[in-house]
Amino acid sequence: MDLLPVALTIITASTPLLLAATGELVTEKAGVLNLGVEGMMLVGAIAAFAAAVSTGSGLIAILVGAFSGVAVAAIFAVLTLTCLANQVATGLALTIFGVGLSALVGSNFVGISLEPLPQLNIGVLSTIPILGDLLFGHDVLVYLSFIMILLVGYFLSKTRSGLILRAVGESHDSAHALGYSVLTVRYLAVLFGGFMSGLAGSYLSLVYTPLWAENMTAGRGWIALALVVFGTWRAGRIAFGAYLFGAITILQLHVQGWGINIASQFMTMLPYLATVVVLVFISSDKMKIRINAPQSIGKVFYPPR
Amino acid sequence: MRIKSFLREILAVFSIAALSCVGVANAETKVGFVYVGPIGDHGWTYRHNVGRLAVEKALGTQIKTTFVESVKEGPDSERVIRQLASTGHKVIYTTSFGFMNPTLKVAKKFPNVRFEHATGYKQSKNVGTYSARFYEGRYIAGVIAGKVSKTNKIGYVASFPIPEVVRGINAFLLGARSVNPEMIISVVWVNSWYDPGKEGDAAKALIDQGADIISQHTDSPAPLQVAENRGVKGFGQASDMIKFAPKAQLSAIVNNWDNYYVERTKAAIDGSWKSQDVWYGLKEGMVKMAPYTNMSDDVQALAKKTEEAIRSGALHPFSGPIKDQTGKIVVEAGKVADAGMLLGMNFYVEGVQGSLPK
Repeated sequence: MDLLPVALTIITASTPLLLAATGELVTEKAGVLNLGVEGMMLVGAIAAFAAAVSTGSGLIAILVGAFSGVAVAAIFAVLTLTCLANQVATGLALTIFGVGLSALVGSNFVGISLEPLPQLNIGVLSTIPILGDLLFGHDVLVYLSFIMILLVGYFLSKTRSGLILRAVGESHDSAHALGYSVLTVRYLAVLFGGFMSGLAGSYLSLVYTPLWAENMTAGRGWIALALVVFGTWRAGRIAFGAYLFGAITILQLHVQGWGINIASQFMTMLPYLATVVVLVFISSDKMKIRINAPQSIGKVFYPPR
Repeated sequence: MRIKSFLREILAVFSIAALSCVGVANAETKVGFVYVGPIGDHGWTYRHNVGRLAVEKALGTQIKTTFVESVKEGPDSERVIRQLASTGHKVIYTTSFGFMNPTLKVAKKFPNVRFEHATGYKQSKNVGTYSARFYEGRYIAGVIAGKVSKTNKIGYVASFPIPEVVRGINAFLLGARSVNPEMIISVVWVNSWYDPGKEGDAAKALIDQGADIISQHTDSPAPLQVAENRGVKGFGQASDMIKFAPKAQLSAIVNNWDNYYVERTKAAIDGSWKSQDVWYGLKEGMVKMAPYTNMSDDVQALAKKTEEAIRSGALHPFSGPIKDQTGKIVVEAGKVADAGMLLGMNFYVEGVQGSLPK
């Protein structure tokens, strides 16, 4: 069997998870737990799809999808950061809101098909046999997912702004005492999370399955959330987790297609199980988790008046 | 995501309450529909909703319809059904297998309300059941696949290993082997009725393993869309999906509840309604085939001939001799599979790859 198409399918299955998890990583590192990833993805998906249908432009569709995610995240930010609402409850509400809103808007787009985004070939690199197809023959969102996780990893660990963001996530009171604006940092982090979730949603409705179907994320937002935790808030591990999950998801389908006799229910479970086990194993050092987990996550910051 | 469905139920109950306050006209009969999925799934629930609209169109001001979508199977559905029954609905259609026991339970308490349950097998005085012989359409699809395929391999994206789905896989392969004995089927179970991404991935995996015909027993058009993008052929499921795959769709097995819903609603209004158990197929028009496209005239003619033969009763898709995977004859030559075997089908016919999940 040709392994190349399998590898390409794995990349498409992993990209939406990686995009959404990258955004959530930044949000959580700033100390905010946004459980509304699924909702933001759905809104991004329908917005991008609607934009693609009405304008025919992939670029506009991606931008509309991403900024719709930002708009939904802004609701979350206002409620939790300014109005000091509970983050867990608000995040769950945001998911339910996203499911409903996207279904409402999407009712006009049921049954419409779309041309998927074109491959973005990078000059001569794309013509290298195998490697060219594998690394340089994708649509723009796949490249973006690679670039973003690299940038975010660098930003968080190597830049001064990243340090401030982490400080806010570790102890908002100390960061505030040092003169950093906790609210500004957190607003930006939440909006960035919405942007990435919107991109992930756009990927689903523009590339993965270029159609609109109600609730088409089918739980991928929750998986992205879990990846952030199991990846112990480390960019590299999150990318690894996303690809591990994507790979097992696709490979279990192949195993079934070959007619190997393993219960299909078990195979369906396998991506979740394997990803959790592997990530727990590589992050079994409790001390390291404590170092990486943002200490103020989910806590409401009461600005001293 | 229990919270989501919980909220949906609350919304559903509220919307029923609201609707029942609005429509207190005297002469009109209220008709209720309970759906398992969203009406926008473009598959199963979508077609039931088309049936509801047909009732509205045919009976106009005589009736008023209400529907509740995305109702979870099991105890939650009982609440929704009871709500409909207690708010003056005279006919209630419950359109998923898992609504069976809740429907019967509510029906006992509301003897004057007529219930119609799709795909179930338990009836009572005021509960009728109805289903469609989709396997007849699958057989025709198989015949087409047997003629069109070059790799002799069919990829089948399946939901859950229940008799309905297994029957479809077997009928498909029997059809294919009737014109090309070399045909085989690879099955991938996705353990979901509805997950477009995963359905699409399964189709990709099957195509990568050499299948050049894709068929699916899940509810979204994603597998067919993958077939279109990869340049292989496929079939629509539940509704005509040609819009998603203008170059790939060979045909589609279309569920058509329209006439049944209109007739049964009429019967309930004029008082002639009686509990019954129907399993209609091509003959009665409950199963329809979308136009035969993207194939040569010969294949098209053969497909039409097969369709006609099944409709007239000259051909039964499960005619012997049929062998199971071990080579044992399960239906002897000259006989057809009986209703018991069809309804409880729990084996693969010869030529299906892999073993059936238990």
